[in-house]
Amino acid sequence: MSVVFYFVAGLSVAGALAAVLLKNTVHCALALTLAFAGLALLFLELDAQFAGFAQILIYIGAVAILVVFAILLTRGSETPKDGVFSRNPLVGLVTAAGIFAVLGWAVLHSTSVLPGPGGTPAAKPNVTVMDIGNALMGRYVLPLEIVALLLTAALIGAVIVAMHEKERAR
Amino acid sequence: MNPLTGYLLVAALLFAIGLAGALTRRNAILVLIGIELMLNAANLNLIAFWRYGPHPEALTGMMFAIFSIAVAAAEAAVGLGLVISIHRHTHTTDLDAMNRMKG
Repeated sequence: MSVVFYFVAGLSVAGALAAVLLKNTVHCALALTLAFAGLALLFLELDAQFAGFAQILIYIGAVAILVVFAILLTRGSETPKDGVFSRNPLVGLVTAAGIFAVLGWAVLHSTSVLPGPGGTPAAKPNVTVMDIGNALMGRYVLPLEIVALLLTAALIGAVIVAMHEKERAR
Repeated sequence: MNPLTGYLLVAALLFAIGLAGALTRRNAILVLIGIELMLNAANLNLIAFWRYGPHPEALTGMMFAIFSIAVAAAEAAVGLGLVISIHRHTHTTDLDAMNRMKG
C-alpha cells in the first residue's frame, strides 16, 4: 500500500462524507465532485486509464453538473427549517454501520482466498484503449447496443418527465 | 496488507457512507447523491477485482464497470428529471412532504 493510495482514498472518503453531511446542498454537490475525482484517481492508480478518464468525463462532467442544475432549478440550496436529516436518522446510521461492519468483516476474513499475491504487487495488466475498443466491438457488442438503447430511452424519458405540463397539454 | 484488501475496504466505506446519506437525508437530490456514491463504490470493487484478478487481459471487470457507469448516468438523468417534475407539482423536494402518489 503506497502513500498515494492512502492520500487518494482519504480524499474520496472525505469528499463522500462532506457530500452526505454538509447542510448547504450546493456545497454537497461540490463535495460530491471531490469524491468522484478521488475515485477517478483510484481507478488510475489501479492502471484502469480508460475507466478513470471515463469517470472524470461522465461523473464530474455530466452527473455533477446535472446535480447542480437540479439543485438550482428546485431552489434546494435553501436550508429547510426542520433540519436536513430525516426525523429518525439513527435507523439509517445504524443500518449503514451494520452493513459496513459486515462488509469489512467479510473482506478482512477472506484475504487468503482473494486473488493477487500477498506481498508482491501483481503484474501490471497490459491493456490499451485499442483492446477495450476491440472488445466493445467484438465480444461485448450486444451489451453495448443494449446500453445505447437504454441511454436513448433514458434521455427521452427524462425529457418527457421533466417537460412543462402546459406544453404537454397543447 | 494485500493491496486488494485496501481497495475493497475503501469501497465498503464509500458504500456505507452513500447508504447512510440515502437513508438519512431529507432532500431527494441528496438521496440521489447517496445512490451515486453507492454505485461508484461498486465500480471501484469491479475495477479492483479486474486489476488483481487472474486474467486482467480478458477485460471482464473493466467492461462491467464501464457499462455500470453508463447505466448510472442514465439513472441520474431520469432521477433528477423526476425530482424536478415533483418539485413543479408540489414545490418541495422534501421527501417527508411527498406522501401521496397522485399529482
